[in-house]
Amino acid sequence: MTGHIARIRMTRLVVGGRDVTVTAAFVTLIVLLVAVAAVTSDTFLTQTNLTNLLKQMVTTGLLAFGMLVVILTGGIDLSVGSVVAFSGILTAGLVADLPIPVAMLAGLLAGVGFGLINGTLVSRFGLASFVVTLASLTTIRGLAFVYSEVPIAPEDPAFFTLGSAMAGPLPVSTLIMLAVFVAGGIFLTRTPAGRSIVAIGGNAETVRLAGINVPRHVTLAYTISGACAGLAGVILASRVGIAQPSVGVAFELDAIAACVIGGASLAGGRGSARATFGGVLVLVLINNLLNLYGVQSFWQQVLKGLIIIAVILVQRTNRVRG
Amino acid sequence: MSLELRGVRQSYGDVEVLHGVDLTGRPGEVLAVVGANGAGKSTLIRILAGAQRMTSGELRVDGERVDLRSPHDAHARGIRTVYQELSIVGGLSVTENLLMGAFPRRRGGLIDWPEAHRRAKKLLDSAGFGAIDPRMLAGRLSVARQQMVEIAKALAGEVKVLVLDEPSAVLAGSDLESLFALIRRLRERGVLVVYVSHRLAEVMELADSIVVIKDGLIIATTEPANTSEAELIGLMAGRRLEQIYPARREAPAETRLEISGLSRKGEFEDISFELRAGEIVGLFGLVGSGRSEMARCVFGAEPPTKGTGAYRSPAASIAAGLALVTEDRKRSGLVLGMTVLDNIALATMRANRRGPLIDMAGRKRRVTEMIDRLSIQPGRCATMPVAALSGGNQQKAVLAKWLLAGPRVLILDEPTRGVDMATRVDIYRMVDDLARQGLAVLLISSDLTEVLGATDRVLVMRNGRLAGDLRSESTTEDEILAHAIGQAA
Repeated sequence: MTGHIARIRMTRLVVGGRDVTVTAAFVTLIVLLVAVAAVTSDTFLTQTNLTNLLKQMVTTGLLAFGMLVVILTGGIDLSVGSVVAFSGILTAGLVADLPIPVAMLAGLLAGVGFGLINGTLVSRFGLASFVVTLASLTTIRGLAFVYSEVPIAPEDPAFFTLGSAMAGPLPVSTLIMLAVFVAGGIFLTRTPAGRSIVAIGGNAETVRLAGINVPRHVTLAYTISGACAGLAGVILASRVGIAQPSVGVAFELDAIAACVIGGASLAGGRGSARATFGGVLVLVLINNLLNLYGVQSFWQQVLKGLIIIAVILVQRTNRVRG
Repeated sequence: MSLELRGVRQSYGDVEVLHGVDLTGRPGEVLAVVGANGAGKSTLIRILAGAQRMTSGELRVDGERVDLRSPHDAHARGIRTVYQELSIVGGLSVTENLLMGAFPRRRGGLIDWPEAHRRAKKLLDSAGFGAIDPRMLAGRLSVARQQMVEIAKALAGEVKVLVLDEPSAVLAGSDLESLFALIRRLRERGVLVVYVSHRLAEVMELADSIVVIKDGLIIATTEPANTSEAELIGLMAGRRLEQIYPARREAPAETRLEISGLSRKGEFEDISFELRAGEIVGLFGLVGSGRSEMARCVFGAEPPTKGTGAYRSPAASIAAGLALVTEDRKRSGLVLGMTVLDNIALATMRANRRGPLIDMAGRKRRVTEMIDRLSIQPGRCATMPVAALSGGNQQKAVLAKWLLAGPRVLILDEPTRGVDMATRVDIYRMVDDLARQGLAVLLISSDLTEVLGATDRVLVMRNGRLAGDLRSESTTEDEILAHAIGQAA
């Protein structure tokens, strides 16, 4: 009746009673990617490329963390790419009339608002997250074009600061993303709300009977994802210097891929901020490497897909137990 | 067909769970395997079923050494297994479940439905389960009937060895009789039936030989004529159990829960009762009598349509000192993907904070204390996934979660179902201790002996209504059952 599932048997690496096989495999993979890049490409270790790489990580990173929180509840947020476009173009549009920080805050809040709506529809009305966020993907994309059909490029150079400023060797935007991961990791492991979100993905009924307000926490998860997407949109517009209503198509796929590479279960209840950050690193390094090699973009997509499958197969061995 | 296990060892990672098991079963024999939760019964079953390859040792069938690589291999040798966890597909008909993958076809490849239903009917009849309509959706059948379909399915091919894992856990009354009759017929036909059960009374009635497994070893092989239930319990537990149920407590004190006229449309009607501090009240009723639904409603999991005394939400219940240990620990008691620590701390996260963060050290200390107090095994299991614990220990983990919340009223819904006798005794003792400390306990159970032995008072529900309120000292199992099926004098 049930088919046989191929299982890869691997020697396990155990340190201090903890199975660290996957962590070790991850670190090895990232080190390997960096080493290969450094040896085979003259450009990889140049400051320009590394700074670029760090800046490019920001969007995927922010979206991936937000996506992780939603995935942990057992849901999915397909709307993040459209939110990136909307919050970017809203911020760029408002810069003409408002102080820049206020305009940027408005962009972020737009993301929060969309997340709140997604979350409410999923948790209070019991709709499937896939359907809700698919609908908001197209709605929000449409709103971005309604707001401005043409790209908006603010002239005030202060608009570019958030995306391009450096703090020593590191871009400020990268530091913001790292801060989100650190705070997010603490949120997920050490706060009642974070633990509740993880537990809801594992078994919502158990959580409900433990006296925890499930709809409120599910709404919170989508709101966090919306906030991350809003922030990513503002930073992206600031970095590129121009906000386009068409930006961010298929960004949700990289975010989901980063979570899955990091071992998150799409069924919910399993995944961590640290591992997702690892997933982001792997994705961004692969992208960068393929670019440096001048691999044609369609082949890049093919390779990326194959690499994701390979990484997930290795991940699976962690779950094979008695 | 004779079956022989020799020196079977099984390890998961560094942990060896079977330490060299020898077992012999002869054709036409009912071989009962009894043991506490975590003794290694399930692993043994998985090895026989071909679902798990033994680490070392050998399996001999009619003296010939065989290597079962998959469940398919086991089927091919006539070894069929019915697991405790059912594999029925609810959205398909009984016929489809029975014939899965082997449908009779018309010319052109389409399924010949009339013939399929005939075959399914024949299969059910020959198993003695003729009351089941093969055209029904399997999901519409009661769990007991689903179990019967599962057994009939195992008998579809040529069966020489039938392994039954806790087959009677969900069966009662005439269904149980049908199962026993079937097992006796199979024995006459020369089938070896390996019967794994916690219910020692059944084992004593059915088995030709009994093996007791404890901590991964067969520690005794005996026959019903040469042993007693008490001796088996002692062997399983590794200690002598003088008394299963604790002695009675003193008279109950003030009222802790007062339910009046509680109704929920389609589930139960006009339920009134009260629970007092220091009292253990049993709630008995047949499956479908509305017991669990009523308890969930009292706890605030579902709103009532009428009546007073129930809480508005689980959060309100918890704030008032209620705790509900639900019937199905996998569906509503545990988050299986999380650790023991996370699970036990789940209901008390908000109460134990330092600023916005959980007090991690304090949480671990409290949970570890609770693990020790309830002797959840293995002892240092706080960081293990809760799914790695055996059934009885998972049940204790659910209980630990609620005890951490410091309840004043404890509702236990079938807390000992699928739990071995030794753990049961632990649970009865613990519940008794709690009552002595002044908790009010409502113990929902379908086990008559338990509902009578472990309680002070027994409420009986029938068809959603309260049908009896009896004193445990002065009533009998027969009287309780008579109220439950509506034939009380």
